Amino acid sequence: MKLFKNINFDKLKDGLDKTREKIVNRISETVSGKANIDEATLEELEEILITSDIGLETAMEVIETTRIALKREQDRSKLNVLEVIQNELASALDRYSEGPIDKIEIEKFKPYVILIVGVNGAGKTTTVGKLAYNFKQSGLKVVIGSADTFRAAANEQLEIWAQRAGVEIVQKESGSDPSAVAFDTLNVAKRTNADIVLIDTAGRLHTKNNLMEELKKIRKVLGKVVENAPHDTFLVVDGNTGQNALIQAREFEKFTDLTGLIVTKLDGTAKGGVIFQICAEQKVPVRYIGVGEKIDDLQDFDSKKYVKALFELQ
Amino acid sequence: MLEDLTLKLEKALKKVTGQVRLNEENISDSLREIRRVLLDADVNYKVAKKFIDNVKEKALGKEVLVSVTPGQLITKIIYDELTQLMGGQSSELGLNPSGPTVILMVGLQGSGKTTFSAKLARYLSERKRKPLLTAADIYRPAAIEQLKQLGSKINVPVFTIDGSKDAVKIAKDSVAYAKENGLDTIIIDTAGRLHVDDNLMNEVASIKETVKPTEILFIVDSMTGQDAVNSAKAFHDRVDFDGVVLTKLDGDTRGGCALSIKAVVEKPIKFASLGEKLDSIEVFYPERMASRILGKGDVVSLVEKAQQQFDEKETEDLEQKLLANKFDFEDFLKQIKMIKKMGSLKSLLGMVPGMSSAIKDADVDDNQLIKVESIIQSMTRDERTNPKVLNGSRRKRIARGSGNTIQEVNRLIKQFGEMQKMMKRFNSKSGRKMLGNMKNFRYN
Repeated sequence: MKLFKNINFDKLKDGLDKTREKIVNRISETVSGKANIDEATLEELEEILITSDIGLETAMEVIETTRIALKREQDRSKLNVLEVIQNELASALDRYSEGPIDKIEIEKFKPYVILIVGVNGAGKTTTVGKLAYNFKQSGLKVVIGSADTFRAAANEQLEIWAQRAGVEIVQKESGSDPSAVAFDTLNVAKRTNADIVLIDTAGRLHTKNNLMEELKKIRKVLGKVVENAPHDTFLVVDGNTGQNALIQAREFEKFTDLTGLIVTKLDGTAKGGVIFQICAEQKVPVRYIGVGEKIDDLQDFDSKKYVKALFELQ
Repeated sequence: MLEDLTLKLEKALKKVTGQVRLNEENISDSLREIRRVLLDADVNYKVAKKFIDNVKEKALGKEVLVSVTPGQLITKIIYDELTQLMGGQSSELGLNPSGPTVILMVGLQGSGKTTFSAKLARYLSERKRKPLLTAADIYRPAAIEQLKQLGSKINVPVFTIDGSKDAVKIAKDSVAYAKENGLDTIIIDTAGRLHVDDNLMNEVASIKETVKPTEILFIVDSMTGQDAVNSAKAFHDRVDFDGVVLTKLDGDTRGGCALSIKAVVEKPIKFASLGEKLDSIEVFYPERMASRILGKGDVVSLVEKAQQQFDEKETEDLEQKLLANKFDFEDFLKQIKMIKKMGSLKSLLGMVPGMSSAIKDADVDDNQLIKVESIIQSMTRDERTNPKVLNGSRRKRIARGSGNTIQEVNRLIKQFGEMQKMMKRFNSKSGRKMLGNMKNFRYN
C-alpha cells in the first residue's frame, strides 16, 4: 500500500519539460529523415545524454546497448530508437527500485525512524518538511528531530516547516550535541506513540571526516533508543549536482548505510541524469523527488513514470 | 581543491609524455583521454569539446620547439588552454571608493548565498569597509533569521523589514538605511531561485533596476554539473552579473564548472568559498587553479618556464651582444637570473636532448650560481659594464659586500675574462656558424 501518491505528477512533467524537450527533440532532430541510425547520430545521442549529467560511462553504456539493439532491429525509425533507449534507461532505474515505504513496515517498527543526510544546500530541511507533511496527510503521527544544531537558524527553519505540516518537533539550542537531539526525539516519539520519526541533520561535505563520524554517532544513539533504528537513511542530493553526487553517495554510504536517495530541485533544467548514475554505480534506489518549494512538491519516485515523463513526446 | 582533476589529468598526460613523438594517432588517443577527464570533472560538454579542438589544433601546429619532447609540448599547450579557460588573471571586487557600494547576491537555491554574504561582509569589514547585510530572502523559512544570526556573529548590522513580502522594497530601503547610518557597503542577500522561474527572475531584475548595484555576484555550488552553464547563462542574460563565486570548494568536487562558466558567460570568478566558517573566503586565482589542475609536475614547470624565460627577443639581444663582443657582467647576471628561474642547472641541462644521460652522474652545483650572483650584485653598475676598473681595493670591497673570499672574487673575474676571450672566438667565421646552430637548436 502506498502512503502517498504522486500528488501532482503533472508538476514533475512540467519540471522535466526542459530535459525532455532536450532529449526528445534532439533525438527526433537527429533521427528524423534518416532511414538508418549512423555513428554520427549515436554520437549526437552521447552528447544529449552527457549534457543531462548522466555521466560519460553510463552514456556510453546506453549508446552501446542501443547500438547492439539497433543492429538487430529492422525498424530504425524515430520511435523505435526512442523506445530502445527508454527501455534501457528504465531498466537501469528499475534494478534497485524498492518502491515507497508502506504502512505494514511502519507498524512493524513503530516508531519508524528515518535519518536524513546530505551535503550543504542539498535541500534536507525542506525535504524533511515535505516528508512530514506527506506522512501526516496519510494519517500517521509524525515527530521531527532537529539535529542540525550547527547552521544558523536551522532550528527556526525546521520549526516553520513543522508548523506547516502540523507535526511535533524536538529541538535543542544551537550548538548542542546532535546525538542528544536524536536521543530526545526518539524518546518523545516513544512516549507519544508516534508512528514515524524524521531526523534532520546538518549539511556536511562528505570529505569532512569528523562530521561524517558524527553521523555514525547519531545512528548509534538512534539504535540504542529504538531497535534497528534508523530504519531508513536517505541521502538528499541536489539534482543540479554533477559527478560529485556519485562520490557523495559512496561516502555517505560508508558512514551511514544508505537505504535510499531523495533527489531535489528537479523542477529546473537538465536534471535527472544523476539518478541514472547513482542507481547504476552505487546500487541505491531513488525514493522521492523534490519538484518545488511548496510543501506538497515531493513525490514518490517511480522509475517507469519518471522515464516515461522524461521521454514522452509532446 | 580539484585534486581529483589533477590526478586524472596527470594520468592522461603520462600517456602523452610517454610518447617519443607526436603523430595524429597518439594525439587523438591522448585527447580522448583528456576529454574523458574533463567530462568526468563536470566540464560542460561544449566547453570540453572546444578545449580539445584547440589543443589539437595547436598540437598539430607549427610552434613546436625541438628542444622539448612532444609530450612536454602538449602539456604546455594544455596548460595554456586551461589557464585561458579559467579566465587569465584574478579579478578584483568592484568597490565604489567614494559613494556607497551595493553588492547583490544572486543564485540558485542552496548555492550558499546567505553564508557567503556573511563571509563577504566580514572580509570587507576587515578591509575598512562598513558593511550592511540586507536580508531580502522573503521566501525560505528562517532565511532572514539566519542572516541576522550570522550578522550578529560578525558584528555587522542586518537590515530587513520584518513580515514584508516585498524584496524590492527591502533592498531599496536598506540602501537608504545604510546612507543614514554611515554604512558604505550594502550586501543584499536574495532568495535562491531557479533560472526558469519567471516570477522570481523578474523580482531579482527589479531589485537590480531599483538599487543599481555596483557589483552583482552569481553564487554557484562548485559541485554543479553540466547545467551550471545554463543557469549561469540565464542569470547572466537576465541581470548581467559582474562576477562568479564558487562555493563549497573545500569538498572533493572536481570543479569542472570553474573551467566552463567563464567560458560560457565570460565573467570572472572572483571568490572561492571553502567552508562553513565565516573566514573561509579566498580571492579566486585562475592561474593558480590551472597550475593546480595540472599539478606541479616537472614537465609542466620546465616547459612553461623554458618558454617564458627563453624569450625570443631577449635571446636575440644576448646573441647580438655576444657577436659584438659586448657581453659584460650585467648580461651575465641576467643570464644567471634566467637560469635560476628555470630551476636547477642539472634539470635544465637535462632538457637538452642527449644531455640527460651525459650529465646523469655529473656534479652540478647550483650553489655556485648563487655565489656568482652575489658577487656580481656587489659590483657597481660601472664595474659590471666595464670590468677593467676592478682593481684590488674594489675586489676587496666586493668580497666583503657579497660575503665571499677575495680569491673567489678573483676567480670569477678571471673566468669571466676567459669567457669573453672565448666569445671573441665565436666572432670568427666558425664561431658564427656554431651560434647559428645553437639558434636552430632552440627554435624550429
